[in-house]
Amino acid sequence: MRSNIAKLATTNEAIVAYTIVALSMAIGIINPAFREFSTVITLSRAMLITLIFAVLQMMVIVSGGIDVSFPAIACFSSYATLRLMLSFDIDSVFFFYAVAGLMGVCFGLGNAFLIAKMELPALIATLGVSSVANGATLAFLGTREYSNIPEGVDQLSRSFLFSFTNSGGITFQMTSLILIPLILLVLAYLLLHHTMLGRGIYAIGGDRFAARIAGFNVIRIQFFIYMVAGFLASVGGVTFTILMRQGSPQNLMGSEMMVIAAVVVGGTRITGGHGTVFGTLLGVLLIAIVQNNLIMVGVPTHFQSFVVGLIIVLGTGITSIRAKRVANSSKV
Amino acid sequence: MSTSFLRMEGICKNFGGVKALRNVDFEVNTGEIHCLAGENGCGKSTLIKIVSGAHQATSGTIFINGLEEKKLTPIASIKRGIQVIYQDFAIFPNLTVAENIAMNSALMQGKKRMNWKAARTLAVEAMSKIGAHMDPDILVERLSVSNRQMVAICRAIMNDAKLLILDEPTTALTHHEVSMLYDILRKLKAKGMAIVIVNHKLDEIYEIADRLTILRNGENVATGPLKEFTRSRFVHCMTGREIVDNLYIPEPSSEVILEVKSLGREGAFKDVSFTLEKGDVLGITGLLGSGRGEIGDALFGIHPSEEGSIFLNGKPINIRSIQDATTHRIGYVPEDRLTQGLFLTRSIMDNTVAASIEKYFVKGRLDEAKMDEVTWEWIRRIGCVASDSKAPIRTLSGGNAQKMVIAKWMNINPSILILNGPTVGVDIGSKSDIHKILHEFAHAGVGVIIISDDLSELYYNCNKLVVMEGGLSSGVIMTNTLREEELASLLHGNSLEN
Repeated sequence: MRSNIAKLATTNEAIVAYTIVALSMAIGIINPAFREFSTVITLSRAMLITLIFAVLQMMVIVSGGIDVSFPAIACFSSYATLRLMLSFDIDSVFFFYAVAGLMGVCFGLGNAFLIAKMELPALIATLGVSSVANGATLAFLGTREYSNIPEGVDQLSRSFLFSFTNSGGITFQMTSLILIPLILLVLAYLLLHHTMLGRGIYAIGGDRFAARIAGFNVIRIQFFIYMVAGFLASVGGVTFTILMRQGSPQNLMGSEMMVIAAVVVGGTRITGGHGTVFGTLLGVLLIAIVQNNLIMVGVPTHFQSFVVGLIIVLGTGITSIRAKRVANSSKV
Repeated sequence: MSTSFLRMEGICKNFGGVKALRNVDFEVNTGEIHCLAGENGCGKSTLIKIVSGAHQATSGTIFINGLEEKKLTPIASIKRGIQVIYQDFAIFPNLTVAENIAMNSALMQGKKRMNWKAARTLAVEAMSKIGAHMDPDILVERLSVSNRQMVAICRAIMNDAKLLILDEPTTALTHHEVSMLYDILRKLKAKGMAIVIVNHKLDEIYEIADRLTILRNGENVATGPLKEFTRSRFVHCMTGREIVDNLYIPEPSSEVILEVKSLGREGAFKDVSFTLEKGDVLGITGLLGSGRGEIGDALFGIHPSEEGSIFLNGKPINIRSIQDATTHRIGYVPEDRLTQGLFLTRSIMDNTVAASIEKYFVKGRLDEAKMDEVTWEWIRRIGCVASDSKAPIRTLSGGNAQKMVIAKWMNINPSILILNGPTVGVDIGSKSDIHKILHEFAHAGVGVIIISDDLSELYYNCNKLVVMEGGLSSGVIMTNTLREEELASLLHGNSLEN
């Protein structure tokens, strides 16, 4: 029992949690405004999109791969679907998600084909697909930004779960869209932890060859992962469009590094096979606090990238040192 | 009364024009431990792969439980109760013990949901069958090699195995772990399971096998109960030639090559002293984790020593890094030649000159002709079987590759050559060749240090021995004052006091 508690207290998740608590206390002491409930609302909004991407990235990395194409897929599918809706006067949230999702699945299929069938390294394959998707957006769909989101869809951005008025009289509202990443987290947990398919994702991340011998259909699992990743990328893109009330062909480009960083800081090993949903949530939270709240204690903006970088280096450093220590530690 | 479980008659297997198996008969009975022996490339693994369904025999018939199997596929083989444990176990380091054990049968039954509780129960049940005790929730990456093997065995017997085939199960195990493994195998045998062990270590075969089949060049050269095989017949069947182990006795010399005084490194070993005279072959042994390998690492500067002093030819030297060691012409054949000793995809020539490349760097270019000449010289001198010096070195068998690792270091004209497990995974014929080579080198004045846990290797090849236990050294023992059995009990730390 005691060893169980000791084990829990030193997991990767626990270390990230300590960091979050320490950081929050420091910010809270210097700036009391951070201690208000409104912080939860602003942070949730800041984490919303990153969380969707982080869930997909975590699953891909656990399987032993990596996906840097999701921002391009998200941009292409959400932007293309939005233009479709505007030109044909379609005003349906379902249409928006379904059509964009389908496009995402197609891109995911491309990734899966290159990685599982052609056995290309995942980084190269998804870089290629990313470039294709981004190029296609700019070449065929244009560069105009749209802020005339169809009314019915736009309403979703004004739907709130609850609101909170702080001591200064400012009202904060919790967007209903936060339900999307929350549901995703639960689904991802159930998939990864309680289905054979999910365990297969861990298995191929641990040892591809052993997975095949054990009877997993490695290629099918990889197709599943990259198609789901493509779908979730589109979900992220559409949600971002609705949340920002603006359709842009480029806005999400460049977010891949921060998402991968959040996932890895959350204890997912970049070499595959290890990673948890909860850790990913914590990793995203930590990065979000640093990005959004350091300004509250007077840290200048340009200094924030420095701190984020530092956290990434330290966070991944700790994970890799721990992995090394496990490898070198005395075995039982 | 044991009955025949698997009977194979007249098995032939051709790969293109190569005849891997020629008319092989092989029979395994229930409740017996059958050892399949033979040198590298004799067709052992091909035979195993036919049994497991991975390969189809070109001709011949297979009977399982008396019924002919027309076409044995991997799935059919598993359904008949045949389980193969490969050398790398094919288990998942990132999953728990319970998952690893339960995964295959859950997949076989086409389960969609992961049932953690059932997995744990199954794992505990399987472990109790073989008398293993492990935390079912621990990740396999935290387990020792021997416990990983237990996990693989548990997983195999989960699937109602009737025939368990272990491919070289003892290569990475210490003596103690080997005897633990053998206890388990005896238990399974008592329950009526048929067990096949692929092995070529003589001592281990005599300890466990009931019957023996020896393959050579794809042919079955002998089958029979173990008692029909004397050691010399066994070796003769394996290699096709007579190999006699002779005690290595160097010519007495008082010329000290290497002297090590109270060498130590925190947490690894301490107060290790020995001298190496001209012609000496020094053995360093002990169980895994006793510090035996760490001494080699210290002398080669991988993990430098922190205290004590080293004298080479009477002069004190400092070894702080691998560069220091090579400057003093110390060569090191590492334990894992595949990852540490060889550039697998490069040619035999590149590997041979890898440690002495500067010798061939003339006027800004590499003298390829000279490199090739030197490579062929070593191939001949060291008795390596190779047809092309430009072929990638991974095309060589384990024994031949190891010979080339030794050649690489000999080519620097070393003062000291340290070999960590020089004959692990090497067949008897090559092993004896390697030993002969080492004797020659020692004779020529190279200080040879063999780090090993192979008793007969140490006994017959080293005239001096240091036994390590928990980082402490026994002091130098002269092997000619010992019998082989005394050495065995020394190694297990039984009589270190005496």
